[in-house]
Amino acid sequence: MGIDFDGNKPIYQQLINRISSEIIRGHRAVGGKLPSVREYALEAGVNANTVQRVYRELENMEIVETKRGQGTFVTCNLNRLSDLREGMKLEFIQQFIRDMNDMGYSTEEMIEGIKSEGRGSK
Amino acid sequence: MMQLDQVTKKYLVRKAVNRCTLTIEPGRIIGLIGENGSGKTTILKLLAGLLRPTKGKVLIDSKKVNRSISEKLAYLTDMDYFYPYFTIVELIDFYHSQFKDFDKNRALEIADFMKLNIKQKTKHLSKGNLSRVKIAVTLSRKASYIVLDEPFSGLDPMVRKSIIKGIINFVDLQKQTLIVTTHEVSEVEPILDEVVLLKEGMIIAHKSIDEIREEYGMDVVDWMERVHESTEVYV
Repeated sequence: MGIDFDGNKPIYQQLINRISSEIIRGHRAVGGKLPSVREYALEAGVNANTVQRVYRELENMEIVETKRGQGTFVTCNLNRLSDLREGMKLEFIQQFIRDMNDMGYSTEEMIEGIKSEGRGSK
Repeated sequence: MMQLDQVTKKYLVRKAVNRCTLTIEPGRIIGLIGENGSGKTTILKLLAGLLRPTKGKVLIDSKKVNRSISEKLAYLTDMDYFYPYFTIVELIDFYHSQFKDFDKNRALEIADFMKLNIKQKTKHLSKGNLSRVKIAVTLSRKASYIVLDEPFSGLDPMVRKSIIKGIINFVDLQKQTLIVTTHEVSEVEPILDEVVLLKEGMIIAHKSIDEIREEYGMDVVDWMERVHESTEVYV
């Protein structure tokens, strides 16, 4: 049971990121059903109120839909999901650039580094 | 809703609880945290109607608390005595006879979830399993308020985990409110909505977990240490 959470960010925020990245990676299918609030609370080792909030926020982001009496589902809106994918990419890149800038690397150095490292993993 | 309004509790001359004011909204899990002797158990006993305040008011659902609050408040003490010749299932029957809101099927379900052998006599139970039994009979009551005094103390990590899981699975926050005192803050943090921090009988902080992480960018243990050190209490 349980996920190890970072100390510096709210737990609900970390769960939103976690579910979002699971959807992007295809671990959660388009239109697929999410666990019930209680099931997910138990799986993640958190309070049910926290999961309630996670589902509510994901719904506001239009990444999931709650169908009354049936549960919560990943959206079938592919445009929204590709936006999510782009958004995540941007977020990670921005974070990367901030960290690299802090250490004094130039943009050219970053691009060069990505190209040579990326070749190996492709 | 549970409320303390300027509550002081004196034992002879010592103030165990000193001018505490606190409001607990329904449907939440609250961690009451503080060192030994900071007043945690006294606050729980005041809420459970086992102690009366020297000064101030203790209210639950806007009514002054007395002993009859036990009808809607389930209290797990840090000490407990079970009749040693009872098996777990006999103990469950006993609780069923004592509390109107006790749900026997739920008790058996929790016992199963906790992997307890209900035919075992309580005197043969390990410390960990005894704690599981205590949690099972407490959470089997459909009480609006559940109060757990040190449910994890002296238990190994496996047992602590199974008790946390039991709380997640069997407390219905649509209808129930839970207060827990503990020293195992980092383990319990993921299931808490709010923390109330006590020092020498006074409430020195009351915050939601999300607020702490959002405002301070740190987890509850780090935040607690900071608040605790920077707060001088003048009695």
